[in-house]
Amino acid sequence: MFSVDLIFEAVLFGILLGCFYAAVSLGLSVAFGLLDVPYVAHPALLILGSYFTYALCQTGIDPILCGLLLMPVFYLIGIAFYRFYYETFEKRSTDTGVRGLAFFFGMAFIIEVCLILVFGVDQRTVSASYIGSSLEIGDYRLPYRMLVAFVIALSLTFVMTIYFSKTFNGRAIKAVGQDEGALRLMGANPVKIKQLAFGIATAVNGLAGAMLIIVGPVEPAMDRIYIGRTFCVVVLAGLGSMSGTLVAGLVLGIAESIVMMTLGPSWAPAVSFGLLLLMLGARPQGLFGR
Amino acid sequence: METILEVSNVVKQFGGFTALSDVNLRVQQGERLGLIGPNGSGKTTLINCISGAFTDYQGSIRFDGNDISKLKAHERTKRGIARSFQIPRPFSSMSVMENLLVPFAFVGGKDGPVQQKEAMDILQGMGLANKAFVQSNQLSQVELRKMELARAMAAKPKLLISDEAMAGLSGTEVDEVLEILFGLNKLGITIIMIEHIMQAVMKFSQRVVCLDAGKIICEGTPETIVKNPEVQRAYLGD
Amino acid sequence: MTSMKYAAYSSLLLLGLLTLSIMSGVNEYFFFAGFVVLQFVVLATAWNILGGYAGYVNFGVPAFIAVGAYTAVVLFKSISAPLLVQIVGGGILAGALGLGVGLLTLKLRGIFFSIATVAVVFILETLVNNWRYVGGATGLQLTRPADLWFFDSYVRMLFFVMAVLAVFSVTVARYVQDSFLGRGLRAVRDSEEAAECSGVPTLKIKLIACTISGALMGIAGAPMPMYLSYIEPLSTFNLSYSIYALGMPIIGGTSHWIGPVIGALLLATLQQIVTVTVSNELNVLIVGVLLVLFVVIAPEGILGLVKKWKQSSK
Repeated sequence: MFSVDLIFEAVLFGILLGCFYAAVSLGLSVAFGLLDVPYVAHPALLILGSYFTYALCQTGIDPILCGLLLMPVFYLIGIAFYRFYYETFEKRSTDTGVRGLAFFFGMAFIIEVCLILVFGVDQRTVSASYIGSSLEIGDYRLPYRMLVAFVIALSLTFVMTIYFSKTFNGRAIKAVGQDEGALRLMGANPVKIKQLAFGIATAVNGLAGAMLIIVGPVEPAMDRIYIGRTFCVVVLAGLGSMSGTLVAGLVLGIAESIVMMTLGPSWAPAVSFGLLLLMLGARPQGLFGR
Repeated sequence: METILEVSNVVKQFGGFTALSDVNLRVQQGERLGLIGPNGSGKTTLINCISGAFTDYQGSIRFDGNDISKLKAHERTKRGIARSFQIPRPFSSMSVMENLLVPFAFVGGKDGPVQQKEAMDILQGMGLANKAFVQSNQLSQVELRKMELARAMAAKPKLLISDEAMAGLSGTEVDEVLEILFGLNKLGITIIMIEHIMQAVMKFSQRVVCLDAGKIICEGTPETIVKNPEVQRAYLGD
Repeated sequence: MTSMKYAAYSSLLLLGLLTLSIMSGVNEYFFFAGFVVLQFVVLATAWNILGGYAGYVNFGVPAFIAVGAYTAVVLFKSISAPLLVQIVGGGILAGALGLGVGLLTLKLRGIFFSIATVAVVFILETLVNNWRYVGGATGLQLTRPADLWFFDSYVRMLFFVMAVLAVFSVTVARYVQDSFLGRGLRAVRDSEEAAECSGVPTLKIKLIACTISGALMGIAGAPMPMYLSYIEPLSTFNLSYSIYALGMPIIGGTSHWIGPVIGALLLATLQQIVTVTVSNELNVLIVGVLLVLFVVIAPEGILGLVKKWKQSSK
């Protein structure tokens, strides 16, 4: 029915898309997967990052550079968020479930609505030398913007994986999710560690936002569908698995790409959410989770 | 005396880690059993398997002559197994009385004035009667521990498992809780006590079982257990 | 409040609203707006049965509304079903959806249930977008039937129907709250482990609450196609419904059935004013900010504030 060529191109595109989804989900993998914070506002911050990139780009700065410049800003936002969440909810641990979820859900809506009030509902894009043209290999055309995002995504995942396995702080972050008590005995302060982790997660999210607007146009309501994509990747990977995020992203990317090719782009949202439900029902610990 | 609880060849693994390996235990009706062992030896895991918090273990558990391995925790509670938690888990939005009415409603089937009177009797026996209508998140540590036991009592159990009910309490508070447990045993309830406070275990238990690294390393009277070199090694190291 | 008093008050209320609906001097706009306000009373009450009583947060409210609405459309289009049948049908299917989502995720932690409810919204929306029978993405025009019972206009009739549904859902919530079910749900919310060990069949009880909650949201959605004479996916599946259905009980107070009613009446009325005078977005912003404020500062909602004020003035 479909030519091998078309399928191959879809898979190729899916790989690029998948790496991008993995990078976009890295922050959530840390905040929710490792730290157990119900961070449903993560996709909203992603879109916020895209809009900040858009705003900065208007001054002529290259979008990738914008993303990098945003990272320290988002790092501080992340720390503030976690500090607030910890003081208000985690510390008191009464009825945290509902309140924490309601808090982050409320924040997501506030961010989305503020973006609409400031920028309007129209789609925004950025321009750069690598946006618009494609690399031609034989019969296949790979858009440069996807390749750029792919490279950034891959490097980001690589850096994060190394950070979490080789550095003291990184390993402490992995440990704090599993055994706070042991960490305290080692002399590390769990709250400071979690704060650091949240800061990193949000900083990465900022750069991911820049990637998002490079890859395609952005609108304020996009945080909703990214709830599906990011949670799908994190659940598919398994909570606590950094390296699994890449594999999970690839699975989602390829699945979405093939569905878009066969059934049309209107079916794309159902792929991530459908895969998510499937995993929750069949194997909630994910592919690599604890 | 009849055997009320029979744990046979129970193995429990968490991924690659074996928490319990081939545990065999028989508890007689009306017995006061002490369960000791260093941290991480598997005591709470064993309790979780008996109470039904975990149902994915190997081996079998028989209670009151019936195989309960397939029953969920709330069904086991209805059969007569009650437990208290190491870290008290009160229903914090409810008063002490309402806390007790939950098991009355769901195990006994009724939560009317008769049950409220029964609940007050239980609370009286524990010295908590004056706090009956206080919201449970206002209680002190020792009061919370007592409420845990009171709530377990409201389920009218045949077997009560007390999981470190005395941890962190002062000398007099320990004696208070001990007295309550003795009183319950006099009513015919079989009690398994998990404790680190050795004098409490020695005073209370007719028989003591020691767990280490998921295995039962010895059992006997309190005097023999204390002298046992294996037990000393488990607690103090080589 | 005793059952006698409650029955008396709610009957009086319904009688009053009925009288209002057949009076001739009242502006039609009152009934248009009133329908929406009463709809939110149902939604907030329904949400609270699972969210407030049991502690499981449903983010996917539009999915249940949509199941109610689209079931009504299918019943109306296929067999010209009367409004009552549409409502019952919508309620049953939405309840089934609640049961389904519950079976899939209520064994897992709360946040997975919440994310699953979002997933259901998008999946159902995608399915409806591609379903031509109900109009797909463009939507469907519907002609209201001629039968107005004894009312002067269709909107007046719908207003009263929604009033009945509102009283019905609050009655259900009150029943759940005061029954064994309510006691068990509160125990599950406070400590699921301790509840299980106290004999509460936690999974079964959560599933029951989820089904009831879903069904009530379905009956809130079922009259919508007739109200609008039109149905289309974009506005039906709008995730903003969730922030309202969640915000109203939290702001009003989640521990008692009167909380969602207070929250809904206040916020839905505010919504009518703000949306008409300024914008839809500003209203979402206000609700979002109020929600966050209350969650942080006054987690027991307006009810909690009233309780504290009463205690301090003693």
